[in-house]
Amino acid sequence: MKFKVCGIDTFASTGGRPFDKNKPLIIFVHGSGLSHMVWVLQTRYFAFRGYSVLAVDLPGHGLSSGESLKTIEEMGNWVGDVIGAVGCKEASLVGHSQGCLVTMECVAQHPEKIKTLTLMGGASAIPMNPELLRLAEESNPKAVDLMMDFAHGPAGHFGGHPVPGLYHLNVGSMIVQNKEIKDTLGVDFRACDNYKNGPEIAKKLDLPTLSILGAQDRMCRLKDGKILADYIKGSEVKIIEDCGHMMLLEEADQTLEILKKFIAEHYPLPS
Amino acid sequence: MDPKTYKFDTLSLHAGYQPSKNAGSRQVPIYQTTSYMFDDVDHAAALFNLERGGHIYSRMSNPTVQVLEERVCALEGGTAALATASGMSAIFLTIMTLCNAGDHMVVSSQLYGGTVNLFRLTLPKFGIKTTFVKPRDTEGFKKAIQPNTKGIFGELVGNPGNELMNMPEVSNIAKEAGIPLIIDSTYQTPYLCRPFEHGADLVVHSLTKWMSGNGSSMAGILVEGGTFDWMQNDKFPSMTEPYEGYHGLSFAEEFGPTAFTMMARAEGMRDMGPCLAPQNAWNILHGLETLSLRMEKHCSNALKMVEYLSNHDSVAWVSHASAPGHPDKELAEKILPKGTGSMIAFGIKGGKEAGAAFINNVKLASHLANVGDARTLVIHPASATHSQMDEATLKFAGLSHDMIRLSVGLEDFEDIVNDFEDGFRAAKKPRLVANK
Repeated sequence: MKFKVCGIDTFASTGGRPFDKNKPLIIFVHGSGLSHMVWVLQTRYFAFRGYSVLAVDLPGHGLSSGESLKTIEEMGNWVGDVIGAVGCKEASLVGHSQGCLVTMECVAQHPEKIKTLTLMGGASAIPMNPELLRLAEESNPKAVDLMMDFAHGPAGHFGGHPVPGLYHLNVGSMIVQNKEIKDTLGVDFRACDNYKNGPEIAKKLDLPTLSILGAQDRMCRLKDGKILADYIKGSEVKIIEDCGHMMLLEEADQTLEILKKFIAEHYPLPS
Repeated sequence: MDPKTYKFDTLSLHAGYQPSKNAGSRQVPIYQTTSYMFDDVDHAAALFNLERGGHIYSRMSNPTVQVLEERVCALEGGTAALATASGMSAIFLTIMTLCNAGDHMVVSSQLYGGTVNLFRLTLPKFGIKTTFVKPRDTEGFKKAIQPNTKGIFGELVGNPGNELMNMPEVSNIAKEAGIPLIIDSTYQTPYLCRPFEHGADLVVHSLTKWMSGNGSSMAGILVEGGTFDWMQNDKFPSMTEPYEGYHGLSFAEEFGPTAFTMMARAEGMRDMGPCLAPQNAWNILHGLETLSLRMEKHCSNALKMVEYLSNHDSVAWVSHASAPGHPDKELAEKILPKGTGSMIAFGIKGGKEAGAAFINNVKLASHLANVGDARTLVIHPASATHSQMDEATLKFAGLSHDMIRLSVGLEDFEDIVNDFEDGFRAAKKPRLVANK
């Protein structure tokens, strides 16, 4: 659905169900250069099980208009504004990669609005390889190829998508290349590289939090994901073996099962 | 710093398959089953509603077929693929997903005869009309586009005359019109050409041919490039508007670069059901493992054959994009740098009667209605593959009665030549030896 957030025409997938502000809201926040499309194997499930779902396209990404936001802090604040823009008072957040930094920032800025937090492939800081950053800022397609290489685990490089017929390395690549690379991936990578508040914010988080980590993640390594989880009081950690950074696609079923249990326990539907 | 994603030859052996998820089986298992157990009612509902990936019924998807789909998709550089029972069903499924009654297609005139009949005779039954344009008439494609045109379709190298469509330029015409370019790339395979790199949006193949190479199994495939923006205009409401068959799902919004394939599977396979048998998928996978090696030999044998035929006193003309003086030679060198394939058309002196004598007297080359087998194949199109066309359509499609279509195989080249010499000898005295 389309709606305005801070004057920006914003798109969010509602998981195939009409949006209902009276249902518990889950917001999904994508990673660098990506869009709502990476969440299709999680969002539709919750949308058809009593939740309202918004897989947002950050400004300048996917089907949202405007320019990409330049800092993680701005993105976090913007996600907080999404909640009010659709007429809700609270939400659970699910972030992937850069989306983990964004959702943590959102909790820090809007603690009263956020009920639970799920971090997939996260770390408290995501410093970028200088060459990868340069390539992305120059709109060089090689940046996308490198990102797809790093983002998928050894098994993921062979394929084997849960949805028959999809070849996920190329799916991710096309989602990124849907926009000018420097305007989305380049801006996002720079924002990640600049962001230093992660450890301090993580230490202050005080809400049910789940970290889902890929054992073979080369973008945000397992040890960095564990360090982030250690910063967060009471954080649950689930590790998916033989999986890279794109667990939401590479191991979509396992990811969904873990998320289902966490949401059911900490953000249940009203009885 | 370079990406370490797998290259073509590696993908042809490994893409789409993880042994660790299949009992460690190094070879792809044949899942000879119609249906798949659900964990519980919730799992079943989620699968039926496209909430999660997986298999329900082998008409829609099958794990063996899935490996083939991903492998071809990886080789083509696409985002998604859907295998079908034959190349023709891949084309039919593509057009039925793209068009509604009242829509129109612009189509290259030089196509496999069955494809011509599909567009000329069968699709009008469903209210879908076609304007045919000669493959070299690039401007003609632009002129033929109407407000209700939903796509441009063509074979890059036309069957059987070997005329090339200027894919990059026709792609620009399609982009300007906001419609997709669909290429039948059967003759090339992704080893010789990856059409998405030249502006195509959708690719179809008959996998029965070079992709398999063994002549054992029928199969086809639709591959999506993920490049086409279905929401750029209001031409494709079935892709962009809520679809009643899945609770108001908008395929374009939800699935983006894989929307067309998702729609083709969810609607087309569900309602029409031209599914590929897992045994056939497995046979094609075997062929794919040696695609590069076979295509190199096909092309090298074809080059020698062009030279041999061009210098033969029984041959009136030779059409192959590598041949000296071929009008599309420059374009072919640009789009097909690894080779222009192994299909050759040539005219035999003495016309139809001589052609019949030639075909009846070759013994190594097989006279049959297929191309792309590992073995050398010959046929007289005007009396076989394109026989359902009238004289005017034959002429428009670039066919003549003296034309012989040759699919050069992998045999020792000298043995093919010796066989052809027997055929040419007989063709010089057709009345004496036509019926051996």
